[in-house]
Amino acid sequence: MTNKKLNLKDKYRLLTRELDWEFSYADRKQAFPYEEFEGIKITDWSKWEDPFRLTMDAYWKYQAEKEKKLYAIFDAFSQNNGHLNVSDPRYVNAIKLFLTGITPLEYQAFQGFAHLGRQYGGVGARVACQMQSIDELRHVQTQIHAISQYNKYFDGFKEWTHMQDKVWYLSVPKSFFNDARSAGPFEFLIAISFSFEYVLTNLVFVPFMSGAAYNGDMATVTFGFSAQSDEARHMTLGLEVIKFLLEQHEDNLPIVQKWIDKWFWRGCRLLSIVAMMMDYMLPNKVMSWKEAWEVYFEQAGGALFKDLARYGITMPKYAELVSKEKEHISHQTWWTFYTYGQAAGFHTWIPTDEELDWFSEKYPETFDKYYRPRYEYAKQLEKEGKRFYNGTLPMLCSICQIPLLFTDMDEPDLTSHDCHHHDGDQYHFCSEGCKEIFIEEPEKYVQAWLPVHQIYQGNCGGPGLEEVLTQYYRMTMGEENLDMKGSPDEQRWKKWKGVA
Amino acid sequence: MPIQAYFDNYKGEVKDRVENFHGNQLVYVNWDQHLLFSAPFTLMVTPSLTYAEFIKEVLPTAFNQHPQWSEVNWQTASWLLDGRAFTPQMKVSLIDQGINHKSFLRLQTPELTGIANASV
Repeated sequence: MTNKKLNLKDKYRLLTRELDWEFSYADRKQAFPYEEFEGIKITDWSKWEDPFRLTMDAYWKYQAEKEKKLYAIFDAFSQNNGHLNVSDPRYVNAIKLFLTGITPLEYQAFQGFAHLGRQYGGVGARVACQMQSIDELRHVQTQIHAISQYNKYFDGFKEWTHMQDKVWYLSVPKSFFNDARSAGPFEFLIAISFSFEYVLTNLVFVPFMSGAAYNGDMATVTFGFSAQSDEARHMTLGLEVIKFLLEQHEDNLPIVQKWIDKWFWRGCRLLSIVAMMMDYMLPNKVMSWKEAWEVYFEQAGGALFKDLARYGITMPKYAELVSKEKEHISHQTWWTFYTYGQAAGFHTWIPTDEELDWFSEKYPETFDKYYRPRYEYAKQLEKEGKRFYNGTLPMLCSICQIPLLFTDMDEPDLTSHDCHHHDGDQYHFCSEGCKEIFIEEPEKYVQAWLPVHQIYQGNCGGPGLEEVLTQYYRMTMGEENLDMKGSPDEQRWKKWKGVA
Repeated sequence: MPIQAYFDNYKGEVKDRVENFHGNQLVYVNWDQHLLFSAPFTLMVTPSLTYAEFIKEVLPTAFNQHPQWSEVNWQTASWLLDGRAFTPQMKVSLIDQGINHKSFLRLQTPELTGIANASV
């Protein structure tokens, strides 16, 4: 037996190309049944350029190193009572939203990529997806472990898996991924690897993780950085798949462009939660949502789409509209959560006077005109002991499932709305972008589990809102929900810090 | 194409058909330019409810937290039903004047400009 040591390239070739086999007695189409129904044409899988070129043993080694460092920091964080170092207890609510809203998506990503890791006909693509699926599972675990320290000291964390399937606003991220996972394998990859990971994820991982650093949250910063090196690989996969599909066959172009348009729009709607977290939930600010959008999409994304122009790809259809909305969405979203604060699994509050001034400075075109008056009125009510809670269920968009809280960018004080008739029923949307997604595949979206409609159908306990919150959502009134002021979180914090 | 499906003739189950609401129906209502309420409301009503009852009994439960609600002049207020101008008949039931399951009503009171005249 020779003892020749293989180099990485040879190992990789053996792992991928050489491990595959030709189908001699079985029908290849039966082995990879999902490869054709979306209309994508693959003529030659061997043209796939592997973006990672990682062998399994190298992968385990790198990841193990990262884990070792990560868990050493988690241990130190825990032993040093790291939760006491956050800038302000309000900050922890952003982490609650991260764990309940985003961590479950990592798990859905794991499931989605595991499926692709079996279903693609090309072995290079399969291996890349298998590795990404393991990455995603690692992200779920590290996020749970990073955040578990907060669960010992703050409300709002303990029922996160239960809440994911039930709570009204968590249906927004959940249905986003359900939409992608119930699509075919190529749409999933364009949706998640390209539109989300490549085009939009930087907005979660860069400014939001800096926000964690600015606010003294070492645990989140550390998992953020640990995940970031994986994200870089995932982005490479996103770009590779676009180039591969477009080089395979010219008929793929209109399909790919349609998916880019759809998933860019869906991604932007989903990111309204991140916009709100950045502007309203980080007591020490890094940059405004508007600035983040300009840096990470308008500049970086602009360059990317210029690059892709040679394949015939154009800017996502609603990019210009989103550039107008960047002036509004964080304010509109927080106002919605503030006013429905009794139904949120985290605390809400009126921004401080300094924060209101910061918004005026960062959003000179919109904040004082449209949004400051709401907070001034809320302050007045709070002073009178009548903190405002909206007790009536909102109207939801049939696609993004977000309440119709966005306004018309030509008339920013009018609610944006669109509708469509299908098979004798009416469907309503927050925007033309969401309506177009519906029209493309109505038989998919008529099945949407819209939380407000489910409550009215009696499928979420009740009949009262309080029963839905306490029994179906498993919230304890006044612990997870309601205002930050007077919350048990705030009281405990004051006790730890020795302030009255 | 109604769906990009792996199976032929794929048909989705309509989750929100009117039969699922136990004899009731949904009506969405927005009061334009009063964004104290961040989004329009989803209300569940009996289709045989008259418009007068709807205004008197149902709408206040949703809107009366707004200080301008009591100032709405019902003689001059205008309505849009599913995007078209609509003159409600007070004594007629909702369903008999075309307010169907998941219809969208918009109330417009241009003289009331919201809290601080800021459409709040």
